[in-house]
Amino acid sequence: MNTAARSDVDVSPHKATKTPLRRHRSAPVSAQARKRMMLLALAGILILLLAACGTPTRPAASSSSSASSSGGRGITVLAAASLTESFNQIGKDFEAKNPETTITFSFGSSATLATQIVQGAPADVFAAASPATMKTVTDAGAADTPTDFVSNTLEIAVPKGNPHKITGLKDSADASRRIALCAPQVPCGAAAVKVFTSAKIVPKPDTLEQDVKATLQKVAHDEVDAALVYKTDVLAAGDKVDGIEFPEAKGAINTYPIATLKESKNPAVAKAFVDHVLSPEGQAALAMAGFAKPSI
Amino acid sequence: MPAGTTPKAKRVGHPQVTVRPWQSRVPLLLAVPATVALLFLLLPLVGLVIRAPWADAGAVLTSAGALQALRLSMITATVSVIIVVLIGVPLAWVLARPGLRGAALLRALITIPLVLPPVVGGVALFTVLGRSGLLGRPLYELTGFAFPFTPYAVILAQVFVALPFLVLSVEGALRAADRRYEEAAATLGARPVTVFRRITLPLIGPGIAAGAVLAWARALGEFGATITFAGSFPGTTRTMPLEVYLALETDPGSALLLSVLLLGVSVAVLALLRERWVTRW
Repeated sequence: MNTAARSDVDVSPHKATKTPLRRHRSAPVSAQARKRMMLLALAGILILLLAACGTPTRPAASSSSSASSSGGRGITVLAAASLTESFNQIGKDFEAKNPETTITFSFGSSATLATQIVQGAPADVFAAASPATMKTVTDAGAADTPTDFVSNTLEIAVPKGNPHKITGLKDSADASRRIALCAPQVPCGAAAVKVFTSAKIVPKPDTLEQDVKATLQKVAHDEVDAALVYKTDVLAAGDKVDGIEFPEAKGAINTYPIATLKESKNPAVAKAFVDHVLSPEGQAALAMAGFAKPSI
Repeated sequence: MPAGTTPKAKRVGHPQVTVRPWQSRVPLLLAVPATVALLFLLLPLVGLVIRAPWADAGAVLTSAGALQALRLSMITATVSVIIVVLIGVPLAWVLARPGLRGAALLRALITIPLVLPPVVGGVALFTVLGRSGLLGRPLYELTGFAFPFTPYAVILAQVFVALPFLVLSVEGALRAADRRYEEAAATLGARPVTVFRRITLPLIGPGIAAGAVLAWARALGEFGATITFAGSFPGTTRTMPLEVYLALETDPGSALLLSVLLLGVSVAVLALLRERWVTRW
């Protein structure tokens, strides 16, 4: 290109002899063609990019769509992250009982999953960690009538062996102690607020965490004396964290609803899966993870 | 610096020719990928701006939480960059010295924070500076002070992730700089400190500035290490990215607005600074 530029510059009609002139006549043409090509290329790229933007993406769990479409009897279950272990177990049991079915799980934050369903994610069953997140789905007309299938209570999580000698909920009001809570915007934080309000305790937290995992991490690293999380989370955190039950927790028992989705391509299998979750076998798997029966 | 190349490009001898630099000097081979790169970087930004619910902008952007987070972000990122420059430039200088043993290994180690997922970086900081960390435990037992959940922890996390950006770009500048000026100064009797201050620093000024900009931007956007090591408490440790992430959980619209606010402020700051550098260097 540099040479082309130089020849452009050298074109000075008065001085040019015949030979260079002929050469130069072709130069502007090729430059023009090149420019046109560039414009074309740019336009092409722009169109491609815009097309990519415009395609309505279905924000489904990427792993789910293939399974549900390939197998004639496959279903996709969207479930709250806290259900990961128990639902994987339940899924295995269900598949063992119904060999021709496959279940694909997608676990995540209930709020995120609810948004995905409302946006049209192809799924068959939704198990939410709170009635509120289920409500956004039923309000959008995307789910059938939900059923509460388990409940979960808060526990005080402390580092292994309770080295800072936490005795109860009132320790949370001690400013000299390091306390982690979930932010009120997320479910475990909302439950904590409810418990503190009903117990008339003003907590002095040092951090308001984004989610249960982050909260538990602070406990596991012994950076906080105590945190408020769900009983199932304490169990899932393994041996670095101990849980302390406290009576005030009764004020904020959280129920998990499950529902089949209207978009389901296999409503019969979806219904069978929900029934299996509600069956004694399914409830036993959930109890193993620390869930209690729904309090109705 | 791009500013230095423009005067040479002008062709003084041909006053009648008006060659516009863009048309004649950017070959297709470069123009196309450059445009792709630019669009790739800008289009998500455009999407963000288009999707943000501007009707709520007033309420969201002036909310106490947003302003508090923005203020904390600006202060911590700026303090972090000052620390980064103070300790990063000397490190880069050591790295760029010819004949340094194990320089390759050292350079690889320095890039670790770039490779490490920031959340893991936060855990790594716990293991050293946390209440039960290697250095943190004696500190806590002696003074009762621990870094986590304080603004100092935010700064530590930001310094940790931002330092490599400055070190690598300053080292690059040092390698590109002409060593002969330093040698000449030394042979004329200048002591090493004087050579560094009077010759090296001015030579690599643009490199330091570029590195500091990268580091500042990285510190401002720091999320993973901060939320892990510093926690998230309004006014103390909840920086803008943490505020955005939390808002995403409940109100995605306001999260978009907050992101746009953070981007707007940072672009404004960088544009203003850039203006000053171009005139200085």
